[in-house]
Amino acid sequence: MSEDFNDNKTIQAQSSETISGGGSGITPDMDYVRPAEVGEQDLYHGHSFITKWIFCQDAKVIGVQYFLLATFTGIIGLILSWLMRLQLGFPGLAPFMTAEHYYQFVTMHGMIMVVYFLTALFLGGFGNYLIPLMVGARDMVFPYLNMVSFWSFFVAVGVLLASFFVPGGPTGSGWTLYPPQAILEGTPGSGYGIMLMCISLILFVAGFTMGGLNYLITVLQARTRGMTLMRMPLTVWGIFTATVLAMLAFPALLVGALMMSLDNVLGTSFFMPTILKAGEVLEYGGGSPILFQHLFWFFGHPEVYIVALPAFGIISDLISVHARKNIFGYRMMVWAIVGIGALSFFVWAHHMYVSGMNPWFGFFFATTTLIIAVPTAMKVYNWILTLWRGNIRLNTVMLWCLGFIVTFVNGGITGIFLGNVSVDVPLSDTYFVIAHFHMVMGIAPLMVIMGAVYHWFPLVAGRFLDEKLGKWHFWLTFLGAYSIYFPMHYLGFIGVPRRYFEMYDSPYVTSAVGMNEFISLAAFIVGAAQFILIYNIVKTLKTGKPAGHNPWQACSLEWLTPTVPPEHGNWGDRLPTVHRWAYDYSVPGAKEDFITQTTPPSEVAHTKVEKT
Amino acid sequence: MHVGIIFFLVILGSVLFHIFTPWYWTDVASNWGGMDDTITLTFWIGGGVFIAVCLFMVYCVFKFSYKKDRKAEYKPEDKKLEKILTWATTLGVAALLAPGLIIWNQYVNVPKNAIEIDVMAWQWGWQYRLPGEDGKLGTTKVVNINDNNPFGINLDDPFGNDDVMIQSDVINLENNRPVKILLRSVDVLHNWYVPQFRAKMDAVPGIVTYYWFEPNKTGEFEVLCAEYCGVGHYAMRGGVEVQDKQDYDNWLQQQETFSDLIAKQKILENEKTKLAKK
Repeated sequence: MSEDFNDNKTIQAQSSETISGGGSGITPDMDYVRPAEVGEQDLYHGHSFITKWIFCQDAKVIGVQYFLLATFTGIIGLILSWLMRLQLGFPGLAPFMTAEHYYQFVTMHGMIMVVYFLTALFLGGFGNYLIPLMVGARDMVFPYLNMVSFWSFFVAVGVLLASFFVPGGPTGSGWTLYPPQAILEGTPGSGYGIMLMCISLILFVAGFTMGGLNYLITVLQARTRGMTLMRMPLTVWGIFTATVLAMLAFPALLVGALMMSLDNVLGTSFFMPTILKAGEVLEYGGGSPILFQHLFWFFGHPEVYIVALPAFGIISDLISVHARKNIFGYRMMVWAIVGIGALSFFVWAHHMYVSGMNPWFGFFFATTTLIIAVPTAMKVYNWILTLWRGNIRLNTVMLWCLGFIVTFVNGGITGIFLGNVSVDVPLSDTYFVIAHFHMVMGIAPLMVIMGAVYHWFPLVAGRFLDEKLGKWHFWLTFLGAYSIYFPMHYLGFIGVPRRYFEMYDSPYVTSAVGMNEFISLAAFIVGAAQFILIYNIVKTLKTGKPAGHNPWQACSLEWLTPTVPPEHGNWGDRLPTVHRWAYDYSVPGAKEDFITQTTPPSEVAHTKVEKT
Repeated sequence: MHVGIIFFLVILGSVLFHIFTPWYWTDVASNWGGMDDTITLTFWIGGGVFIAVCLFMVYCVFKFSYKKDRKAEYKPEDKKLEKILTWATTLGVAALLAPGLIIWNQYVNVPKNAIEIDVMAWQWGWQYRLPGEDGKLGTTKVVNINDNNPFGINLDDPFGNDDVMIQSDVINLENNRPVKILLRSVDVLHNWYVPQFRAKMDAVPGIVTYYWFEPNKTGEFEVLCAEYCGVGHYAMRGGVEVQDKQDYDNWLQQQETFSDLIAKQKILENEKTKLAKK
């Protein structure tokens, strides 16, 4: 016991020596930073190709792996959406497009995009790459577990895609997987398909928990000296809070998937009441289909914010860097992220207003849902107030930010329609819902991902992406996606229900045929435009303009590594020391329009910088 | 420059689309016009916020785009402004929530004079049952359902005998008389939805759910299933015909009751046994 104590002391003493030994030799008190409390982490350095690039423990490589696999899965989701739009816009054109296939594609598109693309990409991809760099750590705190996390995700994707090749094909129960239909004949893939879907989700959750623990503990325990919580970039705040949500929400999905598998395989009746099918009473009884919906949406709504909060964080940083201005109301932004995260656990049943649950719940959930609009609106105000009197670089990254603001505000406001219980009644289960959630949690987060790719590519690859291609990519995507989803709301007003393979000749929707054709054409173009990015990456990886150090003149730590791209261990011999928040842009009196987080106060003593 | 212009045109286009759209809701044919009004209110407030935020953004793009010799403003926080914005937003949100909740209160409280209709759903079709002269529906059980008892009425329930059974996917309703739709399903989730009535609710196997409306336009309407129920979901249609009292009464007279059905079946069975004896 006493020996341990002594060890600790030695470390402290060493670290304080390092501080006074570093820099110019004279360290005024104003530059004082608390010494490190624990020693540095030992890292496993890979030696072979396999340990360096495949079973790798470096969070940056794992981040890129997550990014690539999520993108690959996302492209499958994109192709499925093309097939769906082909059917909706031009029914009968593709002979293989039966109702079974249509519903299977709908289901796989939804699940892939929400879980295997967006969630994996934001948390697994950006989380892994950015958290250690942004908080000044050498790596995630559990690198081995982190590696296992990615490979669990890999197996989960494998199982998911395998369901395309089993008898009956993948499940066609809709991404919400509602029982009883998910496991009854009459829904495609009700045997093997749904089983593999549940197994894949369970694997995903298990793998994700390993990664999530890493993100949380790295943020809480491995921040470098001086990096207080309230100095962290909002990207880290967003990913951190989203991970807390994920840790609490995913277990509900896990038990839901597990219980439904038991109903399916062992004949239990968690979600299955007495059912009459083809004239015969099945051997189920007493279960509650609505229970599954509660479990699903207890996961499903926080899931929206698991995607949205990292997007909020990242967009805040992108806007701030490229508007050359501090993020407006940083503390408000942090509390809004945390508040939205907490509230997101009290709104889930707004997906269930017309589900048959006790309708009196509607009052509670409508109120909580509309309350959550307040911190969300504050975030929007602060983004545009950050642009106010900024010095805005209208490069590709900023274009994605502006596109995000428009699509997010649009989707957020249609959310107020749907959250407001009685307004939801006519609109729920119609195309209005499809348009709303694609705008707010499809296109808006995609805008953030794209902005983030153009922003951080110079760090990851050491070269800029081509701006001209980037602008084509942006305008095609933004204008195309907006013209898909904006008019789609009006299909919902007419009353066109979602998940309809065909409308036949419903009297009041004949006018919508033209719009469906237009939407489909736009969808083909927007999908194809994404390949511009892939071409851009391939092209500039070798021949792009070299980026050098800190090409965007950013303040945050990830740009301040000794080598670009950063090596394993990130920081060379010495960890950085942090003296300020990540947003000291355009400080009056400063030589340049940014002061990095590592700049000690003594160097900028003559400026009017506020203490953070 | 062109960036700001394009974004401005996107906003302008959205507004013009909304004003001139040929695609808008069908004429409401029930008492739930208040839902449309709340939607309109939400459009005004929400649309106003959307336009304001986006125009502010466009203005910033025009006014503050990068110039080498200019520096951005340095202003980490503005407590007062943030406070004003928070309260203004809260107020706006409350203004939207209040009418929403008032209408919901009407939605969950069914008027006493509403006629109850049992809407039974299965993969993939509908059938309907109305209370007979006693004004009450007989209780049901899924396990009772067979060819002789298509609604699964409990035979020992006296209220069931005079129930009017409509084994068709089209039902007639009396104009200006509130109906309470009692939904049940024998297999998976369904949802009995007529866009012109605005209202909807899932039918959930194992429980009975409800909603109500009062039709106020005569005519024929299409019923759609609004909750995904398997591969035949898109084809699960039905119909409603709203009629004036006299037409409705005539129609009702011609429908079969449960006791009619039982009697008919008894005759059939007697004939069968007679045939067998011969």
